[in-house]
Parts: sequence; C-alpha cells; structure tokens
Amino acid sequence: MTAATVAVSRQQIEDFLYAEAELLDSWALDAWLQLFDENAKYEVPSNDALDGDPAHDLMLIDDNHARLAARVERLNSRRAHREYPHSRTNHQVFNVRVKGSAEDISVTASFTVWRFRAGRSSCYVGRYRYRLRRTDDGFRIAAKRAELDMTDLRNVGDVAIIL
Amino acid sequence: MSTGIETRRPKEAEMRPQLPIVDDDPATQRFRVHRSAMTSPHIHRAEIERIFTKSWLYVGHESEIPEPGDFVRRPIGGRPVFMVRGAKTGNVNVFHNTCTHRGALVCRQDSGNSKVFQCFYHAWTFDSEGQLKGVPDRDAYAGGVNFDELGLKRVARVESYRGFVFASFDPDIVDLPTYLAGAKDYIDLVVDGCGGSVEMVRGTNQYSFSANWKLLVENSFDGYHAESTHDTYFKYLVSIGTDLRGGVSGREVDLGNGHAVIEYSSPWGRPVAKWEPLFGEEARTEIERLRADLVARHGEKRAHAMTEVNRNLLIYPNLIINDIMAVTVRTLYPSAPDAVDVTAWALAPTDEPAPLRHRRLDSFLTFLGPGGFATPDDLEVLESCQQGFTSGGVEWNDISRGMGRVPMANDEEQMRVFWRRWQHQMGAAADLAGAQ
Repeated sequence: MTAATVAVSRQQIEDFLYAEAELLDSWALDAWLQLFDENAKYEVPSNDALDGDPAHDLMLIDDNHARLAARVERLNSRRAHREYPHSRTNHQVFNVRVKGSAEDISVTASFTVWRFRAGRSSCYVGRYRYRLRRTDDGFRIAAKRAELDMTDLRNVGDVAIIL
Repeated sequence: MSTGIETRRPKEAEMRPQLPIVDDDPATQRFRVHRSAMTSPHIHRAEIERIFTKSWLYVGHESEIPEPGDFVRRPIGGRPVFMVRGAKTGNVNVFHNTCTHRGALVCRQDSGNSKVFQCFYHAWTFDSEGQLKGVPDRDAYAGGVNFDELGLKRVARVESYRGFVFASFDPDIVDLPTYLAGAKDYIDLVVDGCGGSVEMVRGTNQYSFSANWKLLVENSFDGYHAESTHDTYFKYLVSIGTDLRGGVSGREVDLGNGHAVIEYSSPWGRPVAKWEPLFGEEARTEIERLRADLVARHGEKRAHAMTEVNRNLLIYPNLIINDIMAVTVRTLYPSAPDAVDVTAWALAPTDEPAPLRHRRLDSFLTFLGPGGFATPDDLEVLESCQQGFTSGGVEWNDISRGMGRVPMANDEEQMRVFWRRWQHQMGAAADLAGAQ
C-alpha cells in the first residue's frame, strides 16, 4: 500500500501539529525547518488584509524556503536581539479540520501562541491554514499561513517569533 | 519651613538654573539631550499641546480614497479623525470624528465607501462634505438651534502635497509648502522616481512598543547603528549573494523647520532601480530599463539620486518616509512618555507591473515591518534604552557625532536638526527644572 492511498485521519494531523508546536516551543528550529518542503511557503498577512496576497499586498511575513531558513538561522544566533534571549512560548492548536487527499491535504486550525519574555506576556490568536503532503517519512508542510485575529499588533509589538 | 538642621547638600535640581533640555554647545562641539525628554509626563503633555497641535500632521495618501465617498479613519495626535473624498466637490475632507449633537463617533469603520455618516445614537446624518442632512424629529427644536452650523467639524487646516494629505489643528499655521520647506524636494524625488504617481499598498503595519517616540525618530535615520544592531540582516544579504564591500556612505541634509534627511549609497538593491541578487537574474533587464527611463526623463544626475541613492527622511515632527530597499511611510504617536504607536505602509508606483510590485514587497519584508529581519531588533534596542533611563545615574544622551566635520550619513546632525526644532517649539516647557 502506498502512502497516497492511505486515508488521513484528523488525529494523525493533530499529532503532526502538536509535534510541530513542540519543536517551536523547545526552539528546535533546525528540526522544525526539516518539516518543510523545499518549495514551501510561510506567510503571515497584515492584520487588516487577512486575505492578503504577497504578489500585491503588504504582508507581515512572506518567506520562501530560503528566507525561512535565513529566519531560522537569525533566530538561532545571538544577534536577533528581539529574541535573544528567546521568549518562552506556548503554541496551542485546536478546532482542527482536514480536507483533501493524502497527496494534498488542506488543514485549518485555530491557534493561540503565548509569548513570555522579560516579565511581559503577549498572546497571538488566529487561524492556521496548512497545505500538507504525506510522504513515507511522515507529513511535510507545503504551505503554512497564520492569519491573526487581532485587529493590529499594538499589544504584541512584533512578529519576531515564529507563529 | 526650615528645621534649622541641614543634613544634606542642596539637590542638583534645586541649584539648576533654567537650562534647556537640549544642550547644544557649538563652542565645544558637544550636543546632549537630557533624558527627562524621554521620561517626563510633563514633557509628554507639553508635546501634545505645543508640537502635535501646532504642526502639520500626516493623515493619509489621496490614493487611499480615489472615489467619492471613500474614507479612511486615522488617529492623529491621539485624536480620532477621518478623511473622506467629498461626493460633491471631489475634495479631500478631514473631519473630527465626533457627532456635533452629543459626541459619538460618526465613522466607525477603518475604511470603506459611504454616501453618509450616520451617528447611531440619535441618527443624525452627515454627508461626505460634512453637511448635516438628517435630524429625526427636527420640528421638536426651536429656532435657537442652527442646523446649518452643526455640520461635521473640519480639522482646522487640511492641505496635500503630491498626494500626501496633512492636517493641522492650528488655524494659524503656515501653509503646507512653506512648512515642508526643503523636504518638498525629497518627496518629489520619491514620487518622481516612482514615475510621478504613487499609491499605498494594501496592508498596514500597526504596532506599538514601550519607548519614547523621539527614540524612534532618531532611530529611523540613524546610520551609525545599522552595522551593530542589524548584523543578522547584513548576514542575510551576504547569504543571498549581495556584495557588501561598497558599504554605506553619504551625507545629511538640514531641510529646514526640523525636517532632515540622510542620503547614501548602500549594498542592498532598490526596486527603483538598483539590481541585487534577491531580485533574480530575470529582473536585470527590467530594472535597467526602469533606470534608463528615469535618465531619459530627468537626466543622469537626478536619475542617479532616484535610483542608487537611499533616503531616510523625517518630516517634522513624526512622519518618516524611508526610500531604501522599498519605500515605507510611517507615523509615530506617543500615547505616554514611554509608549509609541507606529503605523506604517508601503508606498509604490501607481499601476506598477506585477513582477516589479512583487519584488518590491519581497524586498520590503527582508528588513522592514514587525516580521522583518531588522525592525524587531530596533524595537528591542529602543525599549532597552527606555529601560536604561529608569536606572538613573546618567542624565544625558550624547548626540554629538559628526559635529566639527561636514556631517555624513552615519553622523547625527539630522537628529540635532530635529532636536533643535523640538526645543524651539517646546520653549519654556522643556527646561530642566520644569521637566523633573
């Protein structure tokens, strides 16, 4: 039986998302990057344009794999000052819904990402949209998009952490 | 009341003569700013009265409201106002966002198009020119109420330059071109470099952080900090094949009335029009064509300034137009001595071809914005300064770099231009004794 013919259960997807969250929360960013396809995208649209298209709208983040790798390298260094020392984060994922085939899986989920640093706390709330691909070696992320429900970033300041 | 027992020396503040917070000493070529300028609640209140109600403040760009009835709402100087294109006149109107009846906001969406603005309290209704058109049960009012005078209140002065709409709460302020002084030429460079017509890209960065707004003014055109603070950005540039050898070099220009600019060459690319590896090989021809067009239209010298030269421009007091790896327009407003609200946009040529627009936005995100590789570190360093101030022990910030030579882009003369104007406008409200 090939991977493509195996049905995907929500529980499998949830397990994958929880594992991803664990990698982010433990700052194992090199391992986290391994979850991405080499053509993968990571996007965060502006708060006032959640349907933003990076081709013509200003995004907060529009990373291809190379930029994402550079983001990881930056965050791993001691010179990403906003994140050195690193925040303590807690990526929480729920309301998971799965559509599509095993070859091209669409996932939506709600998230809250708590960020604690230097006595301060902030919370990002929103919706994830993933496109996943199943391989013999587990799921791979073809696209991850984090759409923020907050109307602006006044309470969180920036998006220096990975959502 | 004296107890007759003196157990302590007089405090320094008690002995301090009426000295300005900005200590500008051309004789010794030393320039200092007392840190109370960043921490004092008195200074913060005086800034609202003396600076933010007495300056031209950027509201928005005309391209945001192209059609009659189009509107955007904005806080300027901490006050909610909205900008709407009048359906009758086609003019850009800027109104205080408050019902003339009992005060509620009449514009309650961030942007949109509307024929009328209706207060949801008693349903008083105003048109896009501000006229009061509807009052339920109007017959109940006697003759003393003149409804013609109860239209939406316009902000005292509204003018625009090259599509940039400014408003002032001061009816007696000089006209906008006089106010902008030498900054006009630099707005021209940005707009003409974009082919003469610009628009704001959809999508806004709205973020806040815990530092005094003037620290971000300084930081927005601080050439000195780039290498040390933004090391990870330059490493990224190297990783994609950018040649850093040219470095950053250029000069500072005092544009009058507190406005100033640094202009300099840099290793990074510019969508108009300096190629870099980030843009990809296929973009070379297009970018060379853009440049050739500008040379044909404006001559080699001006085209060089538009294409190869970066500009970090301050329009006093709080508008930044940085024409760097992309063009960003940002406003800064203090909500407290140690809190600033930033709103930032990307400016681009109107009808920019799709591949160029995409490249421009991609270039923007490498450095700029709350998710960029540089802006978060600027927030961190400015918050760090603000926290450092509370430690005490050190009273003054030094801003003397480059005094005694022709100021370069990584000197601090542009900041001194800002601070001198600030001190002038604050007057007696910014003396050391009053700020404590």
